[in-house]
Amino acid sequence: MSELRDLYQDVILEHSKAPRNYRVLPAANHKAEGFNPLCGDRFTVYVTTDGDAIKDISFQGSGCAISKASASMMTQIVKGKSTAEAEKLFDSFHKLVTGHASANGEAELGKLAVFSGVSEYPARVKCATLAWHTLHAALEGKQETTTE
Amino acid sequence: MSIGAKSVSGTGFDVERARADFPILQQKVHGKPLVYLDNAATTQKPRAVIDAISRYYEGTNSNVHRGVHYLSELATAEYESVREAARRFVNAADHKEIIFVRGTTEAINLVAQSYGRAHVGAGDEILITEMEHHSNIVPWQILCKERGATLRVAPIDDSGELDLEKFSALLGPKTKLVAVTHVSNALGTINPIRKIVEIAHSAGAPVLVDGAQAAPHLKVDVQGLGCDFYALSGHKIYGPTGIGILYGKTALLEKMPPYQGGGDMIMSVTFEKTVYNRLPYKFEAGTPDIAGVIGLGAALNYLTHLGIEQIGAHEHEVVRYATDAVSAIPSVRVIGTAKEKAGVVSFTLGDVHPHDIGTILDREGVAIRTGHHCSQPVMQHFGIEATARASFALYNTKEEVDALARAIEKVREVFA
Repeated sequence: MSELRDLYQDVILEHSKAPRNYRVLPAANHKAEGFNPLCGDRFTVYVTTDGDAIKDISFQGSGCAISKASASMMTQIVKGKSTAEAEKLFDSFHKLVTGHASANGEAELGKLAVFSGVSEYPARVKCATLAWHTLHAALEGKQETTTE
Repeated sequence: MSIGAKSVSGTGFDVERARADFPILQQKVHGKPLVYLDNAATTQKPRAVIDAISRYYEGTNSNVHRGVHYLSELATAEYESVREAARRFVNAADHKEIIFVRGTTEAINLVAQSYGRAHVGAGDEILITEMEHHSNIVPWQILCKERGATLRVAPIDDSGELDLEKFSALLGPKTKLVAVTHVSNALGTINPIRKIVEIAHSAGAPVLVDGAQAAPHLKVDVQGLGCDFYALSGHKIYGPTGIGILYGKTALLEKMPPYQGGGDMIMSVTFEKTVYNRLPYKFEAGTPDIAGVIGLGAALNYLTHLGIEQIGAHEHEVVRYATDAVSAIPSVRVIGTAKEKAGVVSFTLGDVHPHDIGTILDREGVAIRTGHHCSQPVMQHFGIEATARASFALYNTKEEVDALARAIEKVREVFA
């Protein structure tokens, strides 16, 4: 049970039950749909940018606790950051969930460090990164992306 | 619920003795005894199958149907003896009607491309059902697109049973083929194939049966069913991956063009004209998976030795026990409640995503499948994205069902 709690930490469970920024953003100027064909998880990420700054961000869709909590916490951390900072966070986050985290990377991830347990569950890495891939696609101007 | 039921089931099937035949079942996963309930994806292999493959590579390996030397004759004889064993296993009239393929998927593609190209034209129709696996949908979509034909889909009801009236109503003079699963991989529903064949034949349409999920649990009798094609996978009946069987009626196979060209499927080749080989070799181009066929032979032998009816009766009891145990857990919804079911208990648990269920069960040593099970239309019918699916084999016990139920309780604790 303790091991499972490394993955399903309270923060993650709480975000999966009550995801933040879970809505459509009518004024979004970037939008992409992310799809994990393996398990059917599907999220749409909406972003409003002003120049290089992420002014607002939201998401909607369906997925497991890990993917939903990750999407929710992603929207919180990237809001107000520059797109370059968001891409850098994605890189650090990816390293964290694949077990290649650096001390620097972990510091900037802050609360997102709760996802470090994912590295023990290789099958769940795609769940944790789906929203981030989708954000990346949205910022790149792609309409959709998959984790495959 | 009676916990601690004895492992020799009420059917008299000695499950503990059977379990000892499967080396992989002896291991622990995450420190817990492995409870393997992903048998609809693939079954584990008994020692007899593993040994048969090793023996072939150590003592008999050579190419079939062409050598005059000792090893080639041995390999050919063994390879062809499996064809006869497969004929007996599905009760075909003739061993020529047994074609070795990579699996059910390739069998269906073979029929779609060979029979389909020869007989399906613009304006024609193929009829399938809403409960098909993607492998019994996509090959027909490809064919229909190529030929300008239409794919029709007979609906299921909310218990997961085929609506036979609507199925009948969709049949007509344009229907060139019916393709239907014998047992649903996502729901466990057993379809009334004999009746379906009768209805289809009375409308003049031949029937292909996807038997991938039926062959492990039910006695297959293609002559009794009356179907025109029957497809199954070796790895779901305790044999190796990469090998399967397509049964087809001689009269139909004779009229079908080859599926692939190459060696072994020809009688003679010149640049002007090639004469195709006789059945079944016309459909077996290239060096086949000889070791796979021999492994499959060992699996058929193993199943025949245990008795498919005895296996089916034991599994039926375990599945019924599992259905009761899982249904008794609060907020569980069993998906697929057909009167006749085999092998599968598919379920959801409140708002918990099946992927999370799968991860937590895995940490308890319980292996299940989570997701859409390559049956997205079925998921859409029930308005869900995915299910958790426990699927059963001859070596599963009621004690393992108890472990499954305890693990589901763990999921509830984590997501409380």
